[in-house]
Amino acid sequence: MGDDEKARCGPAEVARAMVAWESGTLAKALGRAPERETSFTTLSGLDRARLYVPDGGHDYLRDEGFPGEYPFTRGIQPTMYRGRLWTMRQYAGFGSADETNRRFKYLLEQGQTGLSVAFDLPTQVGYDSDDPMAEGEVGRVGVAIDTLADMETLFDGIPLARVSTSMTINAPAAVLLAMYVVLAERQGAPLDKLQGTVQNDILKEYVARGTYIFPPGPSMRLVTDLFAWCSENLQAWNTISISGYHIREAGATAVQEVAFTLANGLAYVRAAIGAGLDVDAFAPRLSFFFNSHIDFFEEVAKFRAARRLWARLMRERIGAKDPRSWMLRFHTQTAGSSLTAQQPLNNVVRTTLEALAAVLGGTQSLHTNSYDEALALPSEESVRVALRTQQVIAYESGVADVVDPLGGSYYIESLTDRIEAEALRYIDRIEEMGGAVAAIENGFMQREIEESAYRHQQLVESGARTVVGVNAFQVEEDTAPPLLAVDPEVGRRQVESLKAVKARRDGRAVEKALDELRRAAESPGEALMPRIIEAVRCYATLGEVCGVLREVFGEYQPTSGL
Amino acid sequence: MPGPIRVLVAKPGLDGHDRGAKVVARALRDAGMEVVYTGLRQTPERIAQAALDEDADVVGLSSLSGAHRTLFPRVVEELRRRGLDDVVVIGGGIIPAEDIPALQEAGVACVFGPGSPTSAIIEFLRRAVAERRRGGTDGRESHGKA
Repeated sequence: MGDDEKARCGPAEVARAMVAWESGTLAKALGRAPERETSFTTLSGLDRARLYVPDGGHDYLRDEGFPGEYPFTRGIQPTMYRGRLWTMRQYAGFGSADETNRRFKYLLEQGQTGLSVAFDLPTQVGYDSDDPMAEGEVGRVGVAIDTLADMETLFDGIPLARVSTSMTINAPAAVLLAMYVVLAERQGAPLDKLQGTVQNDILKEYVARGTYIFPPGPSMRLVTDLFAWCSENLQAWNTISISGYHIREAGATAVQEVAFTLANGLAYVRAAIGAGLDVDAFAPRLSFFFNSHIDFFEEVAKFRAARRLWARLMRERIGAKDPRSWMLRFHTQTAGSSLTAQQPLNNVVRTTLEALAAVLGGTQSLHTNSYDEALALPSEESVRVALRTQQVIAYESGVADVVDPLGGSYYIESLTDRIEAEALRYIDRIEEMGGAVAAIENGFMQREIEESAYRHQQLVESGARTVVGVNAFQVEEDTAPPLLAVDPEVGRRQVESLKAVKARRDGRAVEKALDELRRAAESPGEALMPRIIEAVRCYATLGEVCGVLREVFGEYQPTSGL
Repeated sequence: MPGPIRVLVAKPGLDGHDRGAKVVARALRDAGMEVVYTGLRQTPERIAQAALDEDADVVGLSSLSGAHRTLFPRVVEELRRRGLDDVVVIGGGIIPAEDIPALQEAGVACVFGPGSPTSAIIEFLRRAVAERRRGGTDGRESHGKA
């Protein structure tokens, strides 16, 4: 190629040509017919230019590189889905352990490749099913687990050595993991091969999801205690799933989702280093969880930006040496808050777009929402459509056959740069406040999210943001789809079976195990996980274990935001 | 002169989803109402007591966990136990249409599901509270701030 030709391809030449196009061809077209809007913005409020062209600000090797290599913009594996498809993992759980076990088996028969347990709210906040605080909530949004006996029923006939199991459990993550470990031992599954994830992300509970128990200090101790125990005993387990999902659902923008999630991630990394762990011993087992919302390109760019930013932070700021410590591995769920109760079948289309964005963004596993979730928990039929959506994308559309197929799009690369830069600005602000824990305790993250949520609501109500079927294209709704009804008797039956377990266990052994746990909790630096395992092994209840920790650690009292 | 409408927005049960509750609270405040938000994990007793203490015209309940069937009627019961028979109770969240008649039977005046514009809630409350204040015989209509 001669010098002349090179100059003709350069960014300066493109910029000059663009000016000519704008004043010529474009101006003529705009003179004939104006555009639909005076300005276009993403769902998160970022400007969208009319057209993106090569701008010369990008360094391919520095900013994109190759898949499987730093900074992982194009994906964490060299072959991505050409090697292995993402894990199709539908979050499920309702009623009793027995009913949920049947749903798990149904999903596995339908070709799902990983399990994901939804626990009911009393389990998530450490109350037994017979606690007065559990009134009306037992078995509603997930399965009720009081003791190891419920865990035995939940996984009856499912070999733990051969499935990977994700558990959405945070404040009492150690207790549920302890039950899973005891069950795996009894099944004879080798612990160092056991695959799965505990969410174990307490910081986003304070920010957005609400199932906290203890104050931040002792909560961070529980989190890092679990990291330490797993690095010795459960080496293939994901010890945390640092979650932007719920932050986004609470109303955050895409930039805020990335920023607050990675800021929380840095807080866990620093806490674990502070507890004496070597970063490269635990960081490869950190995993992430993001939302995939309805603004297609913004979401694809968001995943790529998050991956690059985490790699840079871990390498440059934290000083991790192992490339696996730089890799942001993530699960994705499509956006529940984008679904509408109106004309629910339209939600299949929304979920398809969101799932496609997650796949083009390079997710490691995916949950697709069911179309009836703005109305109730998903029915067997709707959950099958949701899983089939992933299978159509994976096996029919061809999008999984090329690594990072949108990489190199002028728009995607520009948006990736923009989201990374804005998220980094937020992270620096949070670091100046003293880190994520401080930014949560002083309400900064919560206020930013509330502000975004309110702004979005106003845009929808003014009609500036169209939601099909809600503020445009409405119809008279005729019939609701058949919905899943949780058996109202589930609470009563669960209380009875808990009573039976308590009657047949060795009460003295339980008392002794709980005493030992209390002593360990009272001395900072003592390992907790081994004591929790011994307690659940003799059928101490979740409420009893959390009760001991509540006495020692106290309970979190949120400062009222409003 | 009756003062501004006084609203208690509450989250009964263990559900942590309060985006909707907070957005509604803020929209009602922007519409000139006086709004108190209880925060998460409130028992029916605590909500009713707060309604009494705050002299609320309206109690807005939000639940996305399915516990509305049990907890919304329990809140109404606790309000009545405290003599607050005419407080306007409204609900929102993930509430299947088939549950609405039973909630109305139990004393919930109106249920606003996903996608409800806040303007509809504001309009409903202005009408319902005006009616309540006109029909009030116990003098509570004059409790609003002067």
